[in-house]
Amino acid sequence: MQLPSLAFLAWTILFAPLVSTLGILLVGLRRPKFSHSIAIASMVTGFLASVYLFIRLLGSPGSVGSQGHGEHPFLEHAISWISLHGLQLEVGVAIDPLSVLMSLVVTGVGSVIFIYSAGYMSEEPSYSRYFAGLSLFAFSMLGIVLANNLVMLFMFWELVGVSSYLLIGFWYQKPSAAEAGRKAFMVNRVADFGFMIGILMLWTVSGATGQERTFNFAELADRIHELAAAQALPYAALSFAGAFLFCGVVGKSAQFPLHVWLPDAMEGPTPVSALIHAATMVAAGVYLIGRCFFLYADLPDLLTLIAYVGGFTAIFTASIAIVQNDIKRILAYSTLSQLGYMVMALGLGGYSAGIFHLATHAFFKALLFLGAGCMIHALHTNDIWEMGGLIKSMKVTSWTFLIGTAALCGIWPLSGFWSKDEILALAFHQDKFLWAIGSLTAMMTAFYMGRLCFAAIFGKPRGHGHSQEAPAVMTGPLVFLAILSVIGGFLGIPRFIHHPRAMHVEFDLGVALISTLCAVIGLGSAWRLYGKPSDLPVRLRASFRWLYSLLANKYYVDEIYAWLIRNVHDRIARLCALFERYVIMRFCVNGIAVTTRAAGSVLRMIQTGKVQTYALALFAGLLLILSWMMVGIHP
Amino acid sequence: MTPWVMLSPFIGAIAMLLTPSTQKDWIRRIAVGAASVSLAVAVWMFLNYDRSAGGYQFITEVPWIPALGVSFQAGVDGISVILTLLHAVCAFAGVLVSYSIKERVKEYFIFYLLLIAGVFGVFTSLDVFFFYFFYEMAVIPMFPLIGIWGSKDIKDYATMKLTLYLTAGAVLALIGLLALYFLTDLHTFNLIKLEEVLSHKPLPAEVQYWLFPFLLIGFGVIAPMWPFHSWSPIGHAAAPAPVSMLHAGVLMKLGSYAILRLGFGLLPQGAYAWMPLVAALCMMNILYGGLVALAQKDSKFMVGYSSSSHMGYVLLGIASMTPAAMNGAVLLMFAHGVMTALAFALIGHIYDQTHSRTLSDWGGLAQKIPFVSACFVIAAMASSGVPGFGNFVAEFLVMIGAWEPYPWHAVGAILGVVITATYMLGAIRTGFFGPLNPKWENLRDARTPFERLPYLFLIIVLLALGCWPGPFIDTIQTGTQTLLNRVGAAQTIAKAHKESTES
Repeated sequence: MQLPSLAFLAWTILFAPLVSTLGILLVGLRRPKFSHSIAIASMVTGFLASVYLFIRLLGSPGSVGSQGHGEHPFLEHAISWISLHGLQLEVGVAIDPLSVLMSLVVTGVGSVIFIYSAGYMSEEPSYSRYFAGLSLFAFSMLGIVLANNLVMLFMFWELVGVSSYLLIGFWYQKPSAAEAGRKAFMVNRVADFGFMIGILMLWTVSGATGQERTFNFAELADRIHELAAAQALPYAALSFAGAFLFCGVVGKSAQFPLHVWLPDAMEGPTPVSALIHAATMVAAGVYLIGRCFFLYADLPDLLTLIAYVGGFTAIFTASIAIVQNDIKRILAYSTLSQLGYMVMALGLGGYSAGIFHLATHAFFKALLFLGAGCMIHALHTNDIWEMGGLIKSMKVTSWTFLIGTAALCGIWPLSGFWSKDEILALAFHQDKFLWAIGSLTAMMTAFYMGRLCFAAIFGKPRGHGHSQEAPAVMTGPLVFLAILSVIGGFLGIPRFIHHPRAMHVEFDLGVALISTLCAVIGLGSAWRLYGKPSDLPVRLRASFRWLYSLLANKYYVDEIYAWLIRNVHDRIARLCALFERYVIMRFCVNGIAVTTRAAGSVLRMIQTGKVQTYALALFAGLLLILSWMMVGIHP
Repeated sequence: MTPWVMLSPFIGAIAMLLTPSTQKDWIRRIAVGAASVSLAVAVWMFLNYDRSAGGYQFITEVPWIPALGVSFQAGVDGISVILTLLHAVCAFAGVLVSYSIKERVKEYFIFYLLLIAGVFGVFTSLDVFFFYFFYEMAVIPMFPLIGIWGSKDIKDYATMKLTLYLTAGAVLALIGLLALYFLTDLHTFNLIKLEEVLSHKPLPAEVQYWLFPFLLIGFGVIAPMWPFHSWSPIGHAAAPAPVSMLHAGVLMKLGSYAILRLGFGLLPQGAYAWMPLVAALCMMNILYGGLVALAQKDSKFMVGYSSSSHMGYVLLGIASMTPAAMNGAVLLMFAHGVMTALAFALIGHIYDQTHSRTLSDWGGLAQKIPFVSACFVIAAMASSGVPGFGNFVAEFLVMIGAWEPYPWHAVGAILGVVITATYMLGAIRTGFFGPLNPKWENLRDARTPFERLPYLFLIIVLLALGCWPGPFIDTIQTGTQTLLNRVGAAQTIAKAHKESTES
């Protein structure tokens, strides 16, 4: 039997979710069973195909990092999309360790979350629309992951934004959800403004070798190497291109200052938050840096900037998470902070460290969100202070949630420990300041997660709702993700994901001990404050009132943006509208009309139809001519 | 074959004259039949257009006034075959949407079919005289169509304004065309002959330089080029939905088409000299138009200003004079035409029931009319340049083509996409999402397949264009390449001339 070709498999991974979307839209809108079956089947198909590709990739000698510059995909298959004089656009898939790992994560975590959704959304009237949206998202996300060129990546990047918009605003009748969807889309649009410029700049740079310009990743990498080897690298242009591309990352991966959309995106259904706004879509930005690492590796200054943006985002958002009360918002700020870690890792040149953390984070953050979903589902509240005592009533949820928490806090030997440690070790050897920030963030992470767990899971039940364990369709995914969160560190991801230009550091026991210490301090102080009833939190809040309100109001970033939109953006628009109305319409256009009419009414007097007037004019004219002639006669 | 796209609605109009006005169903059926025939012919021409040969194809010539060199000559090249298809698509959908017209059905459809026939005439004429004739013929039915069936509050002002603007522009263009006729001294209006002669023996550079603005402004009014755009949003707003569909979808494209066909085709050197100005003006279209759209509260005005903003991309594509941008411009004429027709059709569906165009007055409509709302979201997404729809491909090509000759303009164009998304999503948010305004408890969705057909048809065209643009671009390319070659040749001549005078 002949095995299907690898390219065919890659296309299958990409298009299976699209088939599902179209199938649901065409025939499944009133058939919930059909909808979830086809959606889940498409994801599982993709996952199996990804696993097969993974095995083939492992088994192929010399595929990882030894061909050429080590940046050539193991397999690439493309078809021409637009062919013009001086511009060739393709649609193609590229298979290399990075894309295979990402598609494993997307389809793997995706399958689990799809299954969970079947339980979570079971009472939703628009059940099919939900699965259509999820499938569309999966299609778009896999497009980003598998794309072999920048334009295709950008297209799917935008589509991801659309599906995110549709899913955040899934309950569109709720004003807050509708608003959140719009905000997410707009913030990403602003970021993609920069991304697009970056693409165009990179396109121009790619022509510097004298060949036809290209968007293809492998060719771009080749050309940059060629230029670098010939000492002809247009450094400034390339830096700008890289910086503009990074704008896209800042938007999609919600880095400061465009992080504001992600917490609001929690208005969407919880599985959506888990899949899109924690595990996969927001990681697309991190993936983009990885995909364009050939570019960034040559731009050390830019990398430093990226590392600092990431580091700042990490600590900035972690501090906000400390005072939030909504369980999903805490997790959202935590996601922001972890994304900051990943960006920081890549900024430090830690290609494998960043992608490793992306993968482990996808496991445990999806787990935490799904767990939170179970709690919300059972208690009908998002407020952690209305939960409590769940460890007794919701055993599976609570325990898996605790595993996720431990992984997030970086407790040995869970997956988060390994990936976080790799980042911190990297920082320790390069930039002690960033390392300090990272460690402090780790402490804060442990603290807010501890606070969340002590409030929601331990203690006495406070809510009025009756908590009951979720059905197996929901707890099964939790267990599966919990297992991944535990063993994720031992899967050999950092060895699989490798880049020849990446920084790499060995395991550092000292750094590991310090970061574990940080986690323990964080958890310990959370226990001291919230582990048992005490008035310490209230007293602390009272004595640091300004700090508390600063954090609770998220550093007023939203307010600043709102002010800017109201006072700058809206005013410019209104000014233009006024200009249009008064200058163009009233003054110019109607002005001409009025002038014409006025001229008409003046000229009308010439032709009154009265003989007397004509006679008068005749005589006046005659008089005028005569007097003029007289002037000529008299000396 | 070509004249049939135009003759079919014309014959339809005559048939209606003979039908008693009480037979409304028959009148509507005739209209649908006529539009379907045109659509079939247009599709046939698109499919059978020989892309490897290029040039004008399916030519029909009937001599008319030999003394003046006027003959009826119809045919299409890569550009006009695409635009004919666009018009056929919009006209077909428009006729279906026209089922919502309940008053004076017979008169309405006669005017509507005349309008359709006129626009087909412009796109397929290869004779300057008939080109102009059909151009006027397309403008005139707009007057009764808006004046009688338009929205009561603004229609008088809108009709007058639209007619005056377009006529003034047409007169300006006429001066240019007549000057061209006499200056070439060929005594022919035959476009193919004119192009052939002029490409070998172009008019002197100064003549071209002074003649081109007549065509540019004359046809630019309908394009609508800033600052001559103010007739268009109010015209869209006042017109009944099917008329807005053709008006914004197709009529506006006549301007940029005429600039390409006559301006670039006959006066390439003049075009080359004036394009930087166009590039500057179209930034005003894109950014200023977008910002004005942002401040609108009336849905039709918003889409109207949006149209004038997006036509700025078309003009930018033309002004950039690179293959990518030029092809993008023509593709955008198509994509934007279909998208905006969809948007106006949907707004019409809502307006017919609510008699309100104000977005904030709608509120939460998605709960009551999910199908129409979903289509509107799709239209808004297409307009915002979401990949998968033709608009993205076209705008992307324009940006990439404009990037090298006009990098800052390209940046402005990218910014324009952000502005578009702002007002489009804003419209969805206020008009369709959120809690339902209790006033609209009895709103009716498009329920039957027949009612849904025009919307779905337009969406499918947009998707086909966005996912599989290859055949369209390959066709357009044959037309734009000829024009670009002509501009290139003109440039070489100009350079040679300059060097010889300097030495």
